[in-house]
Amino acid sequence: MNLHEYQAKLRFAEFGIPVPRGKVAFNANEAYEIAKELGGVTVVKAQVHTGGRGKAGGVKVAKTADDAREHASKILGMDIKGHTVNKVLIDPGANIKGEIYLAVTNDRAARKPLIMASSEGGMDIEEVNRVSPEQIVRVHVNPLIGLRGYQITEIASGINLPHDLWKQFEKIALGLYECYAASDATLCEINPLAIVEEYGQTILKALDGKMTIDGNGLGRHPDLEALRDTSEEPQEEITARESDLSYVKLDGQIGCMVNGAGLAMATMDMTAHFGEQYGIGPANFLDVGGGADPEQVAAALRIILSDKNVKTILINIFGGITRCDDVARGIITAMSEVPTQLPIIVRLIGTNQEEGLAIINSANLTNMTGAKTLYEAAQKAVEAVRGVK
Amino acid sequence: MAILVDKNTKLVVQGITGKQGRFHAQQMIEYGTNVVGGVRAGKGGEWVLGKPVFDTVKAAREATGANCSIIYVPAEGAADAILEAVEAEIELIVCITEGIPIQDMMKVRAILDHSKSRLLGANCPGLLTPGQAKVGIMPGYIATPGPIGVVSKSGTLTYEAVYALTQRGIGQTTCVGIGGDPVNGTSFLDVLQMFEEDPNTEKVVLIGEIGGTDEQKAADFIDKHMTKPVVAFIAGQRAPAGKTMGHAGALVEGNVGTAAEKIEKLKSVGVKVAGYPEQIPDLIMQ
Repeated sequence: MNLHEYQAKLRFAEFGIPVPRGKVAFNANEAYEIAKELGGVTVVKAQVHTGGRGKAGGVKVAKTADDAREHASKILGMDIKGHTVNKVLIDPGANIKGEIYLAVTNDRAARKPLIMASSEGGMDIEEVNRVSPEQIVRVHVNPLIGLRGYQITEIASGINLPHDLWKQFEKIALGLYECYAASDATLCEINPLAIVEEYGQTILKALDGKMTIDGNGLGRHPDLEALRDTSEEPQEEITARESDLSYVKLDGQIGCMVNGAGLAMATMDMTAHFGEQYGIGPANFLDVGGGADPEQVAAALRIILSDKNVKTILINIFGGITRCDDVARGIITAMSEVPTQLPIIVRLIGTNQEEGLAIINSANLTNMTGAKTLYEAAQKAVEAVRGVK
Repeated sequence: MAILVDKNTKLVVQGITGKQGRFHAQQMIEYGTNVVGGVRAGKGGEWVLGKPVFDTVKAAREATGANCSIIYVPAEGAADAILEAVEAEIELIVCITEGIPIQDMMKVRAILDHSKSRLLGANCPGLLTPGQAKVGIMPGYIATPGPIGVVSKSGTLTYEAVYALTQRGIGQTTCVGIGGDPVNGTSFLDVLQMFEEDPNTEKVVLIGEIGGTDEQKAADFIDKHMTKPVVAFIAGQRAPAGKTMGHAGALVEGNVGTAAEKIEKLKSVGVKVAGYPEQIPDLIMQ
């Protein structure tokens, strides 16, 4: 789950990291009031779960409170890479002397937390990594003992940070690691961690922040779960999460219902394989879970049918411990609860597959067709979409 | 011969009194697995399915000589269950549980690296040596003894591949599900090495998916160290970047972990990559 910039910075502040004292506005007048209260130059920043806000015109400097109002009225409602801007952060302007990059993330390959830092802050880190990977300092942390002082020294000297800033940097690095560990985060990123002149002093400040939380860890962080912004997610994905289904919306026409994540991906791939030449593909990824009981199947059907792009449904179930005849009865029950006239291709394989297919066939649902293999099922689904187009 | 489990495996079931634990313990016993007991704190001294229940893994090991454990406890207690089994020096720990937070697993890994135990999973279907032992949730009847080693990140996709092999009369030495979590106990590499060393395994099927770099590392290993032919399938060619596809680890991050990248790498070292699961037996028979 992603946090917004303003949420991440508030969280960072709880761990002793200096952040600007900005506030969030939901309309242009609020933006004006906040800018007036802050006084001087402000920055109006779109709060959306996507990168590239600056390039898209979602970040603007305002010299006066009136400017802030005007910028906010333009940015609010803006579409940035498919995300509509519903709120803006008004931060005080800063006198920036330098920009650092600092992040804690999970290194899958090393199976350890990884600190990344660079003197090239303010830029997209993937771009820095592509152009000049030697500019990025990487330090792995033993998760049992946490980030140690000598490692912070290694990072600070690695990015050529002036000595007089080391003490501040140590506090920030420790705070960021602590924040990561205490939040079940998969990413805590400060970009830039700016060197700013303020009241005659040079200080480090987190001008931008990004946090991603491990969905499996959210259960023990109700305070973070409360920060979820559902306006950033497709309605189908919200409904699916409430029904304990794993669902990802895609832009094709074949609604897929499969048990198991790997098989669900393979089913998507197969429909795209046959459909691509006709502009046909999967409408979604959907894993109904290993068991595929009637309630889950009905919930899955509702979600698939709520997507108006769907022209055909493909059900692909491997009956392992679950028996295909049970699954077939579940599908028939679900069909009576969630009726549809769309063509449905059903492939059942595994335990009692013959009995399962017999139940599907004897239900006499004219829109339902059986298939023996994944190959055949995907082919039939693509043909069905072409027929109803 | 087989790898990891066989008829001499003595299995203890952690979480045997729960709904899942009990159901699958019964399935494993029916398959012929030597289940020697179960563990559930607070239920020590009871009997389930004719097997003794112990309060701790250590007590179960001392009383039964168990050398393998399987974990069916909910995600919030699963990391604890693994650590308990590590401390009891269980040789092979299989964790079925899905949804363990990744930071918990990184800590577990750090401890495992200095222990006598091997962990399979978490978030995996377990493993099956046809005709000898089933440790996990794979349906037993789909597999049959033979010369093919199968290693996979996915559950039902493995069943699909194993079933397709069996239908064509091609049996398996051992079918191993390593699971779909980003940080796990046993990697493709570990299992490939075991298959390479197992005299009965003639060819290997590897089933991967998007996310991470395990398949790429497996390709390097195959190139340098394997004499046995490998057939692969990679799921998720159409998965969008930045979206988790069911398994916590099935996630293309930036441009790392795409199916195309993995397929290309595997093909570059001579691995035959199937276009769809049902094609795996054809490639094995070539």
